[in-house]
Amino acid sequence: MIASPATDTTPLGLRGRAEDLAAPLPPLLAEAEQLAQTVLMGEHGRRRAGAGSNFWQYRAAQSHDTARAIDWRRSGRADQAFVQEKEWQIAQSVALWVDDGASMGFASTPKLAPKSDRARLLALALAVALTRGGERVGLADHRLPPRRGRGQLSRLAQILSQDGTGDHGTPDPKSLAPHSRAVLVSDFLGPVEPIEAMLTTSADRGVRGALLQVLDPAEEAFPYDGRTIFESMSGALRHETLKAGDLRDRYLDRLAERRDRLSMLARATGWQFSAHRTSESAASALLWLYAALERR
Amino acid sequence: MWSLGPVGFLSPWLLAGLVLLPVLWLILRAVPPAPLRRRFPGVALLLGLDDRESQSDRTPWWLLLLRILAVAAAILGFAGPVLNPAERGAPGAGPLLILADGTWADARDWPVRVARIEALLGEAHRANRPAAVVTLTDPPEETRFDPADAVLTTLPGLTPHPWEPDAEALADWAATLEGRFETVWLSDGLARDSRAALLDALESHGAVRVVQTPRRILALRPPVLDGTDIALEAVRTPIGGAAQATVAAHGRDPAGIERQLASATLDFAPGEAVAQVALALPPELRNRVTRFEVEGARSAAAVALTDDALRRREVGLVESRETREAAELMSPLHYLRVALEPQAELISGDLPVLIPANPDVIVLADAGTLPPTEAEALQAWVESGGLLLRFAGPRLAASDAGREGDDPLMPVRLRAGGRSVGGTMSWGEPKTIAPFETDSPFFGLAIPGDVTVRAQIVAQPGPDLAARVIAQLSDGTPLVTRKPLGDGQVVLVHVTANAEWSSLPLSGLFVSMLERLAISARTNTDTATDLTGTSWQAVEIMDAEGRLTETDTRASVAGEALVAGDLGPDLPPGLYEGEAGRFARNVTRADTTLAPARWPARIAVEGLGRAAERPLGGLLLALAVALMAVDALASLAVGGRLRARTALLLLALMLPPVPTAQAQEPPMDAQAEAFAQAATESVVLGHILSGDAQVDEVAQQGLEGLGRALWQRTSVEPATPMAVDPETDELSFFPLLYWPITGTTPIPSGAAYDRLNAYLRGGGMIVFDTRDAGIAGLGTTTPEGRRLQTIARPLDVPPLSPVPEDHVLTRTFYLLQDFPGRHQGRAVWVEAAPEEEPTPGMPFRNLNDNVTPVVIGGNDWASAWAMNPVGMPLYPVGRGMAGERQREMATRFGVNLVMHVLTGNYKSDQVHVPALLERLGQ
Repeated sequence: MIASPATDTTPLGLRGRAEDLAAPLPPLLAEAEQLAQTVLMGEHGRRRAGAGSNFWQYRAAQSHDTARAIDWRRSGRADQAFVQEKEWQIAQSVALWVDDGASMGFASTPKLAPKSDRARLLALALAVALTRGGERVGLADHRLPPRRGRGQLSRLAQILSQDGTGDHGTPDPKSLAPHSRAVLVSDFLGPVEPIEAMLTTSADRGVRGALLQVLDPAEEAFPYDGRTIFESMSGALRHETLKAGDLRDRYLDRLAERRDRLSMLARATGWQFSAHRTSESAASALLWLYAALERR
Repeated sequence: MWSLGPVGFLSPWLLAGLVLLPVLWLILRAVPPAPLRRRFPGVALLLGLDDRESQSDRTPWWLLLLRILAVAAAILGFAGPVLNPAERGAPGAGPLLILADGTWADARDWPVRVARIEALLGEAHRANRPAAVVTLTDPPEETRFDPADAVLTTLPGLTPHPWEPDAEALADWAATLEGRFETVWLSDGLARDSRAALLDALESHGAVRVVQTPRRILALRPPVLDGTDIALEAVRTPIGGAAQATVAAHGRDPAGIERQLASATLDFAPGEAVAQVALALPPELRNRVTRFEVEGARSAAAVALTDDALRRREVGLVESRETREAAELMSPLHYLRVALEPQAELISGDLPVLIPANPDVIVLADAGTLPPTEAEALQAWVESGGLLLRFAGPRLAASDAGREGDDPLMPVRLRAGGRSVGGTMSWGEPKTIAPFETDSPFFGLAIPGDVTVRAQIVAQPGPDLAARVIAQLSDGTPLVTRKPLGDGQVVLVHVTANAEWSSLPLSGLFVSMLERLAISARTNTDTATDLTGTSWQAVEIMDAEGRLTETDTRASVAGEALVAGDLGPDLPPGLYEGEAGRFARNVTRADTTLAPARWPARIAVEGLGRAAERPLGGLLLALAVALMAVDALASLAVGGRLRARTALLLLALMLPPVPTAQAQEPPMDAQAEAFAQAATESVVLGHILSGDAQVDEVAQQGLEGLGRALWQRTSVEPATPMAVDPETDELSFFPLLYWPITGTTPIPSGAAYDRLNAYLRGGGMIVFDTRDAGIAGLGTTTPEGRRLQTIARPLDVPPLSPVPEDHVLTRTFYLLQDFPGRHQGRAVWVEAAPEEEPTPGMPFRNLNDNVTPVVIGGNDWASAWAMNPVGMPLYPVGRGMAGERQREMATRFGVNLVMHVLTGNYKSDQVHVPALLERLGQ
């Protein structure tokens, strides 16, 4: 069977689709707040003179300037010698984390893609966009530290395509470089404590980022009725009810509560939180991620 | 077979399965619907949520009931229930008498009746019973009971008759019956007075069973002439809801071929026994109708023959040459006119004008010698079958006509001068009229005592005078003489047609005599006395099915019997011919009513066909399957497997479609206003909806194409054409309405006609296009042509003529001489020009000071005009370059048409420009 491009989940296919999705976006420039502390060169202007390629200002040549540094074209128009200073540019590193738990493999109807598919696609698209903008992208675990270049994207796609074990994956806060940025994509339906730990730890380290909750429409509508046994995707959890329709309101309350909690947490730690449904366009979620990373 | 009421069961032991139902109930009740396993990532959020109301884990009672019902229906269905199971009654004994009414009402399903009689005879044969078959319309002298198989062989000779049983004959026949026998009476279903007596007589001999099916019986009353319309009336039984029947008028076409000439629809209102319809036919067509027939009825009562009562004869009245300044009452034609007007079509004029019109009768009042050419023409006309009626008068008396020898146009030789009796200068009393001889056509007419004759012209005695006199005065002098001439005849009344010489024209006798002379049509109410003394010969008789057969071997019938007598073997319905014309004796009369036969309660009435056995098994099984389908749905719903939307969809599929409520229409005013704005923003051409969507589309495209041509070639820049419905839309905004006519174009209502007439009077133009290439000629041979006639009749249309060569339509923009559309060449009709001789030297007459209100043609112009939005023609016209030329001509005609409407006679007036300039120069 030949996998159609839209549902191809092989590393190569995933990357191809991610490239497609990221193509319309301008190179994403993540804002580098703590540029002084990181010394890696990148394309983020620091709005001060330093090493870089873009023009920053002319200043009068001083005694320590070598003759090569003098901008002769500018100096020829005056009696004084001038030196051209460049803007100090630096790259940001962004760590991605995509929930690889079994619960992400859920799709309520065959027409919709599983949540994991959408989450990986978004993550990789973001990676493509960031790479194109000159950022360094890596994974928020120890498997793939942030790097630049196309090769990194291939490795990223490779690792993202692997399924984890257990219902819900947990991010590792220790893997984040200080003052970098992080993007967490999950359904956040599992235990909330690891996420809390992740966010508080990263806040301590000066890491900021975005939380994107990817949900299936059925998880938001709970369109079930009658006598039902609900099982988690791995079958580890199970809940039986005689009248599923009766649970709907309470379930939705709990879901809203979970979101509130995540949202409060994100606000307290300087992160961004948003929810995305697999029935919606992936581009809107990518735009939101773009905007979230751009924000100071 | 075991039966329960009207339902029997083929395998009743299966019903024992019903006992299992309570057990099934218990089992089903104990087994709840299985839970559904569902993968759901959000289950972590669900943990700890309890069911608030614990739903019973037992099957709900209604679902149980549904299933039990389904199983019960299945059990019942398999048990083979049958409605009205055929019973095998004990055969009767003794002779069997089978009666059939045998009237016209039986004719339609006579084969079914014969089949039933056959079945009865077959049963009798098996039971070894003697039998007899009798039709009541033709009771035998004596009734013999023969072996049933022998009677069976006589069945093919059994026919219904187009009359009803005669009560007396029935009583006589009943008296001849002897012994005990069983009677089966196949009734025709109509109430009749003779039934009760016969039933009593039959019951005295044994049991009586009646076989009768309720069915619709229609009878057409004789058509009556009402003004110029033919009023048709039909009665029916039983009186039910609304019903329709089509009446067709048959007659010979000009080629002598029998065909349907017209048709009308009778609408029975619910609860009404009588339906009426007025059929408007042109006189020529009306005179051709020989019979009206309800289509598909096949009985003598559904056929109404027509006779002279429907014919309106054309009578030519010859105006006297010199215009006398006499009082109107002195005019010799006044009394004739008054007497004939209600019943005949009158034409007046000179002989040279009248003879080519070929009327039935020409009346010459007080005319002397005729010029030789006229006399020859008149003689030829009489010899070919005309009736020349002459009246005497002073001028005839003074002339030499018929003096010298036998004048062919004078029945007798006349003596010079006249004769005056009872005047101031003469002896004797005014003469009265002698009773008519038996061989006179007037025989039987009552002579009023006050009819006197004061003057007359006198016939020369001769050998053949006595044979030619058909009415005479009390002294034996002739009053009316007649002689045959060729196929026609010449009649001379020896007094004047006015009251100058006698008081005859003042009396009713005058009218009756004219009627007897077959000059005027008979009045519709014939009474026996009117026809007393006449004798009539059947020329066509009708059988029970309404078929006509020609006959010339039947004994003649007296007039009074013909009118008043009951139909019977001696007087079958049909067409009778007498001296004064033709008389149709129909099965029905103007007061015929129908009622269903009622039988006493003690008589068993069976249907003609037995109530058919009707197996119900299939129905019940279908019900069981349907219940199971509902059960499947309901189970899904209970088990939570049914999504709400799917359920609604399925429910919608199962429910019968409900007509959606009509969308609220915007208020009429706003709509009319929007229409008016759209129609007046610019010049807008309109086409009237023809009732055929495709034709309307072509008309719309045609007017769009014409608009495009106008836009390109002229200063007229029309907007998009609009479709107009005269029923609802205001018409006065449109300079021109194009009206394609199809065979089914709806007839506008009264209000629409008012609107159309106002439009025509207000200077509008309607272009009628029958789209049939005009092959209809005068418009009687295509459905479109007939439709156009029907539609145009109430319209205020002036006299029409083909477009004359100098009509302004030929030069309003282009110079044209023919007006092709998709078809080429036939005449296009416009308002006729007033009579005006062309002025020598002027190319055109000074004509039509206004726009012709209608243009009638059949060239399908819209198809030739039609263009698509790019400007390419849409429909083929002709072939090759010639076709393109024809299309161009059609477009030019369209341009001319619009210019004619918009500029009126402007181009006509331009003819006068040189003269006006010349006058200005002076």
